[in-house]
Amino acid sequence: MPSADAVTPPSAPARAGTALLERRQPPVIELRAVRAAYGRIEVLHGIDLALPAGMVMALLGPNGAGKSTVLKVTSGQLAPTSGCFHVMGRHVNGIAPDALARAGVCTIPEGRAIFPNLTVAENLRIMTYGGSSKREVEERAFARFPRLSERRRQLAGTLSGGEQQMLAMARALSSEPAVLLLDEISMGLAPLVVDNLYSVVSAIAAEGVAILLTEQFARAALAVADRVGLVSQGRVVAEGRPDELPDDLAAAYLGGLQAKGG
Amino acid sequence: MNAFLSFTVIGVVTGAAYAIAASGLVVTYATSGVFNIAQGAIGMVFAYVFWQLVDVWHWNILLATLVVVLVLAPVAGALTEVLFIRRATGQAWYVSMVVTIALFVLLLFLADWAWGANLHAAPSFFGDRGWHLTSKVLVTWHETISILLAGATAVFLRVLLYRTRVGIAMRAVVDNRALAGLNGARPAWLGTFSWALGAGTGALAGILIAPILDNLSVLALTFLIFYAYGAAVLGRLRSLPLTFLGAMVLGLAYSYAVGYLPQNSFFDSIPISGLRESLPVVMLFVVLLVMKQGSIEGSRVRAFRESVDVAPFTRSLVTGVLVVVAMAIAVSFMSVGDVVDVGEGVALGIVVLSLVPLAGWGGQVSLCQMTFAGLGAFAMAHVDGGSFLGLLAAIGLAGVVGAIVALPALRLRGLYLALATFAFAFAMDNMFFPTNVAFTYGGTIHVNRPGIFGLHLASNDSFTVFLTVVFCLLAIGLLALRRGPFGRLLLAMKDSEAACVTLGANLTRTKLAVFALSAAIAGLGGALYGAMITQPGATDFASEQSLPILLLAVVFGMATTSGAFLGGISYSLVSTKVQSLAPGIPNLQWALTGLAGIGITMNPSGTVPYVVRMFKGRFAGQPQAVVDLPATAPAAMSGVAAAGTVAAVTPPSGTAAVPTSA
Repeated sequence: MPSADAVTPPSAPARAGTALLERRQPPVIELRAVRAAYGRIEVLHGIDLALPAGMVMALLGPNGAGKSTVLKVTSGQLAPTSGCFHVMGRHVNGIAPDALARAGVCTIPEGRAIFPNLTVAENLRIMTYGGSSKREVEERAFARFPRLSERRRQLAGTLSGGEQQMLAMARALSSEPAVLLLDEISMGLAPLVVDNLYSVVSAIAAEGVAILLTEQFARAALAVADRVGLVSQGRVVAEGRPDELPDDLAAAYLGGLQAKGG
Repeated sequence: MNAFLSFTVIGVVTGAAYAIAASGLVVTYATSGVFNIAQGAIGMVFAYVFWQLVDVWHWNILLATLVVVLVLAPVAGALTEVLFIRRATGQAWYVSMVVTIALFVLLLFLADWAWGANLHAAPSFFGDRGWHLTSKVLVTWHETISILLAGATAVFLRVLLYRTRVGIAMRAVVDNRALAGLNGARPAWLGTFSWALGAGTGALAGILIAPILDNLSVLALTFLIFYAYGAAVLGRLRSLPLTFLGAMVLGLAYSYAVGYLPQNSFFDSIPISGLRESLPVVMLFVVLLVMKQGSIEGSRVRAFRESVDVAPFTRSLVTGVLVVVAMAIAVSFMSVGDVVDVGEGVALGIVVLSLVPLAGWGGQVSLCQMTFAGLGAFAMAHVDGGSFLGLLAAIGLAGVVGAIVALPALRLRGLYLALATFAFAFAMDNMFFPTNVAFTYGGTIHVNRPGIFGLHLASNDSFTVFLTVVFCLLAIGLLALRRGPFGRLLLAMKDSEAACVTLGANLTRTKLAVFALSAAIAGLGGALYGAMITQPGATDFASEQSLPILLLAVVFGMATTSGAFLGGISYSLVSTKVQSLAPGIPNLQWALTGLAGIGITMNPSGTVPYVVRMFKGRFAGQPQAVVDLPATAPAAMSGVAAAGTVAAVTPPSGTAAVPTSA
């Protein structure tokens, strides 16, 4: 069970007392004035973001705002061109994604995050790089998604879209991460499947895992989010509890949010 | 019956060695996504290393085997991956293939330099001793060990790839490299491991198969292992069991062909013996054609940004005239030998130029351009070589054969197409070029220089200038084609076949046309090359000669005509001028071409576009253009100020924010 003490920074200042340390516990993921670019095209123009331990934060914003790029930076797939990227209080600019994954940051990237030419069982086997044993991974995955158990000898590429996303989410369940990064997990899926996936997200959140997720369509995400960050033009333009979001901003960025909320 | 048993044993043993080599190929491909053309050369080099250790340095044969297969070859494979292959990750598919071709050429050069001069028999385990299958059929211990090792390799690889986490992870990396990293696997390390594994199996195959040859020979041994590619392709580069089955069928077919096809006098005009030699390659060709292809790949298209300028008509015309004038002045100052070198270079440049529309614009890689060139030279020699008619015959024959080769190969794409063309080249090497109909075995034929429009082109000077004129006309014509609808279609086809099909473009006709065009140009180049050197032979147009041609095209810029010109001339000059500086090292041009090809990962667009870009950047005061951007790069957003930007944020360009729509 991942817990808050799993996230305690090893590099916390020694002079601080325990109580102080508790209170000043650094966010599990923090971006300070992070800029990032694809080639010469800068996409993030100074992102400030802090994901406190145990929180679920949803990054919302229009298409092309830079949400996915934020997740690329926080998962180590894209190194910031300037600014600081901290994980559990450590400065980790330029860390490799696989090192970050082994350190307990689990990323489910956009699209179908599975290996289509590997069987379901083999996909689960790869997840053991996260640190759990093969048995633990299979038990957790099959308990939550019995459908996967029926299809364990099948090539993952032949699963339906929903089943593929279940398989991808199985990694979030089984690798006992300290931080979970989810990029548009609802993309292209039926609403019923999306609800199912988000119930898994809430279950993981209930275990105290800090979650940073992006969604273009806010409804499902807002149901589980403790905090919301609005991303636009490569910046976080507003941040707060979901009910704190100024109505006009919400309307501007999230389109139909109010219609659904009201 | 005894004869049949003997041939069966030999066939099974050959098949066993093929199986090991082919499984090395499959493992490398399945776990690093790179088809290692150099696998045959790796096996050949380590067979020589093995010979060196055992016969020259008198190592214990078992110790030598272990050291070569478990230490030297894996270390070399791992180093290759770290130094060269890794840089090709994430670039267009042909970049990694070009790197392995360059490696192939380099290894041929190295082996030829180190061991090529003398003939040696390969060492085998326990010499000729063995056990009797029947009273007349002896199975040597070497053969027995080969079969057992093939089985052991099969089991080992199967367990590794499907039962162990590292094996599954290696396959996962090919499926989705980024995701494998996000899972916590180390993609870079896994790639290195798979190359170590591939090189180890290649070396084992080389050691086991070498005694089949009476004497070790660089080319013969390389191509013997090359046969294994047929088996790997039969396994669709994925399935190990099918690969083993294919290897056994190939081995038996080869053995029975050697045993039962009639033994003609050496390379008679009826190419039966050639048929025997090329049987495995013919099988490779057939397998490629019969094999079901995957559906058109639309999803894995990568944006491969190549900022290659296309010169407008007037500029290409002026450049052409200037080049011809410069050449005419230059030849008058050069010695006879230099003129011949430059002339050969320009003729080769025409062959390189044939790859520009095919590969540079159309994205279809061919490994048999020198074969088309050979057909051109053949036609030129046999159809009244001294006239314009000979050139027309060369263009016609090569173009028609090119279309015939392309016709079945049309359904193939990318790597498979490249392999099919190489198989065709290899079959021509064995079945046609050395016959008395064509170039005769080991001999040459005379090709007259044509006199055209009453011009005398017999002298080296005038013929070299004539070649330059031909090159420039072709280049100007090709560039005109490039600017037109056909050129656009070629580029569109290279970018996305799926998109072309959905737009209603007829890709079959396009591919057929560009293949025929390319083959015709290569044929013309070959005819002129033959006329330039006047006495071409089969070896001038051998299949391995097509590899440096492709490397030259890629290195100098596959999409540029000027790159072809410079490529041809520099290749020719290196093989004479630079060669004369180091007379002890044979085929120095192979070494340099190979080295340049390996460096392609640093600059996939080629030298000419790079230099052009550098100059433009300097004179326009702009930063250098970025060569490749990942396909995922989102559209530039900086210029567009969207609605509702928070007031605290000043738009960088100072443009007013568009008011909120509400």
